[in-house]
Amino acid sequence: MTQIELKDVRKSYGAVDVIHGINLSVDSGEFVVFVGPSGCGKSTLLRIIAGLEDITSGAVEIDASVVNGIPASERGLAMVFQSYALYPHMSVYKNMAFGLENSKMPKAEIDQRVREAAEMLQITDYLDRRPKALSGGQRQRVAIGRAIVRDPRAFLFDEPLSNLDAELRVAMRKELAALHAKIGGTMIYVTHDQTEAMTLADKIVVLQGGVVEQVGKPLDLYNNPQNAFVAGFIGSPRMNLLKTTAEADGDGIALTAGNMRVALPAVSGISPGDTVTCGIRPEHIAISDDTGLDDITAKVFLSEQLGGETYLYCEADSIDNLTIHQPGQLPVNNGEVLKLRFDRAQMHLFDADGKVITNGVSS
Amino acid sequence: MADATANRVTVGTLLTARRGNGKLHWTDIFTYLYLGFGILLMFGPVVWLVLSSFKTPAGLLEFPPTMLPLGQISVEVEGYDDPLPVFRATLEDGTQKDLAQIRRIGIVSQMVDPANPENTYKVPISDRTPVREFRIATENYVEPLQRFNFGRYLWNSVVVTVVATAITLLINSMAAYGLSIYEFRGRNAIMLFVIGTLMIPITVILVPVYLVVTSLDMVNSLWAVILPGAATPTGVFLLRQYMLTLPRDLIEAARMDKASEWQIYWRVVLPLAMPAIAVLAIFSIMWRWNDFLWPLIVLNRSEVYTLQLGLNAFQGELDVQWHFILAMTVVTLIPVVLIFAFLQRFITTGIANSGMK
Ligand SMILES: Nc1ncnc2c1ncn2[C@@H]1O[C@H](COP(=O)(O)OP(=O)(O)OP(=O)(O)O)[C@@H](O)[C@H]1O
Ligand SMILES: [Mg+2]
Repeated sequence: MTQIELKDVRKSYGAVDVIHGINLSVDSGEFVVFVGPSGCGKSTLLRIIAGLEDITSGAVEIDASVVNGIPASERGLAMVFQSYALYPHMSVYKNMAFGLENSKMPKAEIDQRVREAAEMLQITDYLDRRPKALSGGQRQRVAIGRAIVRDPRAFLFDEPLSNLDAELRVAMRKELAALHAKIGGTMIYVTHDQTEAMTLADKIVVLQGGVVEQVGKPLDLYNNPQNAFVAGFIGSPRMNLLKTTAEADGDGIALTAGNMRVALPAVSGISPGDTVTCGIRPEHIAISDDTGLDDITAKVFLSEQLGGETYLYCEADSIDNLTIHQPGQLPVNNGEVLKLRFDRAQMHLFDADGKVITNGVSS
Repeated sequence: MADATANRVTVGTLLTARRGNGKLHWTDIFTYLYLGFGILLMFGPVVWLVLSSFKTPAGLLEFPPTMLPLGQISVEVEGYDDPLPVFRATLEDGTQKDLAQIRRIGIVSQMVDPANPENTYKVPISDRTPVREFRIATENYVEPLQRFNFGRYLWNSVVVTVVATAITLLINSMAAYGLSIYEFRGRNAIMLFVIGTLMIPITVILVPVYLVVTSLDMVNSLWAVILPGAATPTGVFLLRQYMLTLPRDLIEAARMDKASEWQIYWRVVLPLAMPAIAVLAIFSIMWRWNDFLWPLIVLNRSEVYTLQLGLNAFQGELDVQWHFILAMTVVTLIPVVLIFAFLQRFITTGIANSGMK
């Protein structure tokens, strides 16, 4: 059981700052997922923890001792690479045994551990094969097996599923979750697929441009995003983020943009004239026939009927795209004009800097 | 590889392969002529060398030359010191007789009947033809190997080649490892410097290196041949460029697997660099085996001679013993050919990437 702590970690390549002071703590046995757009520094952060990358300043602590100067080989962590990085000239067995041989473990114990791990990952039949003769999913398992046999203090995964096709990815995702349930162990997992993040994580760390945007439980991030970036990043399809201007409206205020007008009771932090980003998830937009209660009139430019659910992509003046997600089948054609109403309780409001004002507005 | 086994290509189909749908196109004819010419050009001299190496000295000197090792029969005749060559001569009365030639004066040759040496004849050279027999002159091989200590030279050459190649591969690959796997300031500058030494011709450093070798007291020992050329810029360059293409993830995976630098080098990088190592091994073996100038300078006692120096000894100022030279040249060729045949299968690239996605 291992606890990992990052304290004001910074990293720059020459003049380029990549990681801008990250504070983070990973508890023992926790499954932590780093998500973020491409190039935000997820891999770099993971490699910093692994010890494959030096840091410019700050401290990395494993079990309360600073490991800044300790090389990767002595940190006792195991890493699964995006490319798997299996040794092509060794059999699957040798691949898994390599790390154990390096730590001078007796042959009998190596054999036992390799066979146990192979059993668990169902790769016993391929132990004598070279990686070349394995499918993507099998290689993936071998890479994970190579990490498991070492019985490491923590597992680091760098986008381990990104090379697999969609179906296999779903299957492997389940297996990984089962694996974590079985062996416990601290795991840090990098991905830019937020479905993986939502389903696997105990805790999600959202990164952008080398800074942590928000840390929290998956549903916490979903329900209470701390800023517009997290709101837009977590959830699929993306949350609609509409730029509006606040106007006085009786006792309360109204958010307006083009023909959209969302009347709200007074919200602390918003005064008339402010620029407010209104965030509403596609599933929280209702189609209303009831004139007077609608917030916006929009024209459907694409309707996707999937049978079990329906996606509508609409446009209104000053709004390029408004996505609506409804369960079941909606008889809506392209070009139809709809009146829409936003669910007030599920509305997220952000200020001009993207900071959250409120998650959910009382109606 | 997989394709070759899937649709078996036999030598027969390969040799009668044609362009497209089985018809003989003019480019087929052209290609076969061109390839045939190529084979003749490359392989002809080797075949000629091997066949000639089995000829007797007399057979070698014969004009016009024969393809097969046909030797002219010679006999011992009473009263003459050397064996005399036998000819079938047509005498003036039209009868044919096998006679031995004593000497030739202009267009007339003096001949003697081997059966009764008192009878001598004068025969115009146009009326006689040499009597030949098919004879493989194995003494061309046996004699130098026994009498001239050629076995010793062969052994010396093998020692020099094997030891020098092993040292070359080891230190070149270690240098290449350092210059490719580690990232440090000045890495490229060092590499440029290493490659820069290629521009210094050997003749320029010959004397300084000789002085170093003498002061280390290595003259007339095989180390004097082995050590000076062990680190080759070409080898470092070749291996480094190859190692640069190895995926970095593999090295890092090994680091995570607690491998020491030595283990990463020995168990991960070297096996993966096998194709490049094989190429360098072939080069090194050929350089060492055929090296002449440097051994000639530092080895001047015959018990440390290498094959090439031994061959040179047959080439006296006045008398060149072609039959020995040819035979021993064949001997020197054999190991290189065998090694090439063995190593060439390693020269397949792309092994290193097969463990990645
Ligand atoms: N050696 C380097 N020198 C300079 N910049 C680098 C170097 N390595 C990475 N970077 C930069 O650091 C940033 C973060 O890279 P990193 O690989 O961590 O991204 P990532 O979040 O893993 O992206 P992806 O999802 O595409 O894998 C990128 O902008 C990249 O350009
Ligand atoms: Mg990455």
